[in-house]
Amino acid sequence: MLSREVVDHVALLARLELSEEEKERYASQLADILEYAERLQELDTEDVIPTAHVLPLQNVFRHDTVGQHLPSEETLANAPDREDNCFKVPRII
Amino acid sequence: MEICELTAHKLHNLLTSKEIRAEEVCLAVFKRINQVEDKVKAYLSLVREEALEKARAVDRKIDRGEAISPLAGIPVALKDNLCTKGLKTTCASKILYNFVPPYNATVVDKLRQEDAVITGKTNMDEFAMGSSTENSAFQKTCNPWSLDCVPGGSSGGSAAAVAAGEAICALGSDTGGSIRQPAAFCGVVGMKPTYGTVSRYGLVAFASSLDQIGPFARDVTDCALMLNAISGHDSMDSTSVPTELPDYRNALVEDIDGFRIGVPAEYFAAGLDDRVRRVIEEAITVLEQRGARVEETTLPHTEYALSTYYIIAPAEASSNLARYDGVRYGYRVEEAEDVVDMFSRTRSRGFGAEVKRRVMLGTYALSAGYYDAYYLKALKVRTLIRRDFERAFEKFDFLISPTTPSTAFRFGEKVDDPLTMYLSDVFTLAVNLAGLPGVSIPAGFVDGMPVGLQLIGKPFSESTLLRAAYTFEQSTAHHLKRPPLTGEVK
Amino acid sequence: MTRYEPVIGLEVHVELQTASKIFCHSSTAFGGDPNNHVCPVCLGLPGTLPVLNRNVVEAAIMVGLSLNCSVARFCKFDRKHYFYPDLPKNYQISQYDLPIAYDGYLDVEDEDGQPVRIGITRVHMEEDAGKLLHQGTIATTPYSLVDYNRTGVPLLEIVSEPDMRSPQEARAYLDKLKTIIQYTGVSDCRMEEGSLRCDANVSVRVRGSDTFGTKTEIKNMNSFRALQKAVQYEIERQIECLETGERIVQETRTWDETRGVTLSMRSKEEAHDYRYFPEPDLVPIVISPLWIEEITQQLPELPDARCCRYMDAYKLPAYDAGVLTSSKELGNYFEECVSLYPQPKTVSNWLMGELLRLLNDTNSEIGEARVRPAQLAGMLALIDKGTISGKLAKEVFEEMFRTGKDAQAVVKEKGLEQISDEASINAVIEQVIADHPGPVSDYRAGKERALGFMVGQVMKLTRGKANPGLVNRLLKDRLG
Ligand SMILES: [Zn+2]
Repeated sequence: MLSREVVDHVALLARLELSEEEKERYASQLADILEYAERLQELDTEDVIPTAHVLPLQNVFRHDTVGQHLPSEETLANAPDREDNCFKVPRII
Repeated sequence: MEICELTAHKLHNLLTSKEIRAEEVCLAVFKRINQVEDKVKAYLSLVREEALEKARAVDRKIDRGEAISPLAGIPVALKDNLCTKGLKTTCASKILYNFVPPYNATVVDKLRQEDAVITGKTNMDEFAMGSSTENSAFQKTCNPWSLDCVPGGSSGGSAAAVAAGEAICALGSDTGGSIRQPAAFCGVVGMKPTYGTVSRYGLVAFASSLDQIGPFARDVTDCALMLNAISGHDSMDSTSVPTELPDYRNALVEDIDGFRIGVPAEYFAAGLDDRVRRVIEEAITVLEQRGARVEETTLPHTEYALSTYYIIAPAEASSNLARYDGVRYGYRVEEAEDVVDMFSRTRSRGFGAEVKRRVMLGTYALSAGYYDAYYLKALKVRTLIRRDFERAFEKFDFLISPTTPSTAFRFGEKVDDPLTMYLSDVFTLAVNLAGLPGVSIPAGFVDGMPVGLQLIGKPFSESTLLRAAYTFEQSTAHHLKRPPLTGEVK
Repeated sequence: MTRYEPVIGLEVHVELQTASKIFCHSSTAFGGDPNNHVCPVCLGLPGTLPVLNRNVVEAAIMVGLSLNCSVARFCKFDRKHYFYPDLPKNYQISQYDLPIAYDGYLDVEDEDGQPVRIGITRVHMEEDAGKLLHQGTIATTPYSLVDYNRTGVPLLEIVSEPDMRSPQEARAYLDKLKTIIQYTGVSDCRMEEGSLRCDANVSVRVRGSDTFGTKTEIKNMNSFRALQKAVQYEIERQIECLETGERIVQETRTWDETRGVTLSMRSKEEAHDYRYFPEPDLVPIVISPLWIEEITQQLPELPDARCCRYMDAYKLPAYDAGVLTSSKELGNYFEECVSLYPQPKTVSNWLMGELLRLLNDTNSEIGEARVRPAQLAGMLALIDKGTISGKLAKEVFEEMFRTGKDAQAVVKEKGLEQISDEASINAVIEQVIADHPGPVSDYRAGKERALGFMVGQVMKLTRGKANPGLVNRLLKDRLG
């Protein structure tokens, strides 16, 4: 089991408001998965270079040119709440 | 065989010889959808009118005597994580229940340029996280071979649609087996190309370093045609390869004489259903009869692939899914006190259980103090897994294995136990970790349920895989069987 | 202050002046309607991917080189995670463990004019966030509005070592950094407009100690003066804490300009855990020695080198050379003047005296000055020709500065042309002699000082336009 503090901390970092029941369930399920993942520690990876990308690509650039912007109506079409041409959100603090 | 059960290349011949019209093909597919969609539930949305309009445009081209492309007038379904301009793209998630993208994914534009007829958007596990399509927020898709079984996942809707004649071909995405596993469960061909072959621009990201779009088709020829249409460099995707890719139709040759095929022992170990094993052994015999030399080999780090995958994929997912916060699009809770409250409650109610589980897992793996032990360690083991394949490919042209340890399972069988569910991807996910191409083709049946044979190749060796798959297919008749669309409906 | 020693480090963000954003083709142009310079990529719509703007990399290398940094052979981007409504993906694409440039320095002078070298830890590339609009302040507004136009504008973050020991030094560092970056041409560095932003890390320790005290991070300083004042305030606050035995809390504080104090920023936000990991959507950047060489070739002359050149080639005093090279435009202005009027010290005097004073009075910048170098050179030539006196020239120059007219035109319009015609001057001299018999006899009696008075009277009657040298000679002749 993961401790309640850890579950609470991770849920806050991930911006998830979990119910008591969810916290309990995830605490044990995550612990199972992490325990299973523990087997990775058996491997000596001291001198192994990590693979972040499978392809050996490098230096992929675009030219500094201005292209089409989205029309405001399309930009805001999906907004759950808006005012004028802005996205509207509840107060920050 | 009915029109909706034909292949794209057969339909293309009928269209160009004017024996059939594109509108007829489209109507036939929508008629089948009307008949069976209640049972299969493959689609989340349908665009009948647009599809018919497009089909008629293709007919006009043919009438004018213009040449048409191989996919012109062919009804194609799209997984609902591919962005379609003006058409809802939900990823089968409540959090995107009303999201209408203002742009098309590159693959969607490419299919449109080929004059393919888009039928609609297919069901999937929410954000492609799952192996049964049971994690869809909206509906459960049934396996056309037995309606009380899952179609596999996460691209279950696309696989079921092609199997049931509700589309001729389809697109899916594959992060750990999400094309190949449902293709195997539904008895169709499904391919995950080499990472970088198909542009990811417009594919709603699950795990960016593993995701790749690929085709579902009824046979290997159609698979090659679809791959031709969607592959190629895209300046909108920095991880898209800039090299010229071949015409995959040239690979459709019935000849594997002298090919060296490796059979990784680890993929035939405990956990593999004996009946599935026998089907695969028969398939190996067929390949040998066609002149291939089949030998056992080893991928020693296979047992670590699942752990590696279940660190890397959730970590990337936790990052990719951070943007769903109720500010710019999608679902938002009512009456939020402040922004933090709005974010947390929107995400809690908008995401389903599996997504939340993986976001929690990924956030944990990346958080301070755990990064080195989990994420960095997993990236290093990923290197070891890649090296296993590199070593095997020094000796073999490609590898074969069962696509899945068993045939399609029943609804509810694995939902409560995430680890067991994850194990159904055990033969497919190492291929994503190594960025390799993999294809699943129909290899036979167990109790009337399809079994998939997986071919795994070197990077950018899709032509070799297609050639071997084509040779196998032409030597067998599994791909000609169509599902009964029966079974106990839940 | 004497018992304690402040320790200051600065984190500076500079907006690059590329045409398009760092990862998409949207324009970086400032202003306009909200959310009109966005596209699916910078809005972070599902499925979109970043592609790196080459010019951003080149600008970063250029700045790295100009700050004496090592340029990385290999670097990459990482994702930095935090939830905030102005951040469309809720992560910022930045650079974590492998910045594009590192280990540099720049040289400034401390309060006593002694040279001090400030270390530069790193320079890295990242994307800017959007803008939040509030009614009133962020704390009192009932809701906020989000404008994503600025999202994805390229930024360089430049982090210094904690090498500064006074607010003046911090200011000098920021001044110098701004000047250097302006010289490279990659940013206009306008702090008031937000294209240059600065946060300060401040701590104090007992002088002679080799460990650092607890530091605070100061934000929201919107001008160079504000930086100096805020750091000064924070140092005094921390010293007072130490003196009264209060504990200094490691925290972020905001500078309140109107009250002149730093305030603790208490927020709901948990301790930061940015969960950095390599950005899978972007590929690594490999910078070859050849590429660095190409950019080195393009690197303009930097202020220190230019300053030396002014002292050497123009024989200017160090002070003049320092002032003239403190802005790229001022240096260019100077050089253009000198090319037309090759008397560097005279030009320098006019720029440092009159031009800078007028710019300061009108709160404007050299680029906005209506009087152009050729016009200043033209005016200096008129002085040499005797058309105007040096004294009147200041009046002429002010008018030129105000109107942008040529010296010749101003002189003509205002009738300021110098009178060098002997007959006209003699006529005035006759009148002065008639009006002031006393001084005339004084002078003749040997009182030299009386001549000065007479010259003054002639100048007064000609409203300063008479050629003073000529008046002097003619008066002596007449009275002699
Ligand atoms: Zn943009």
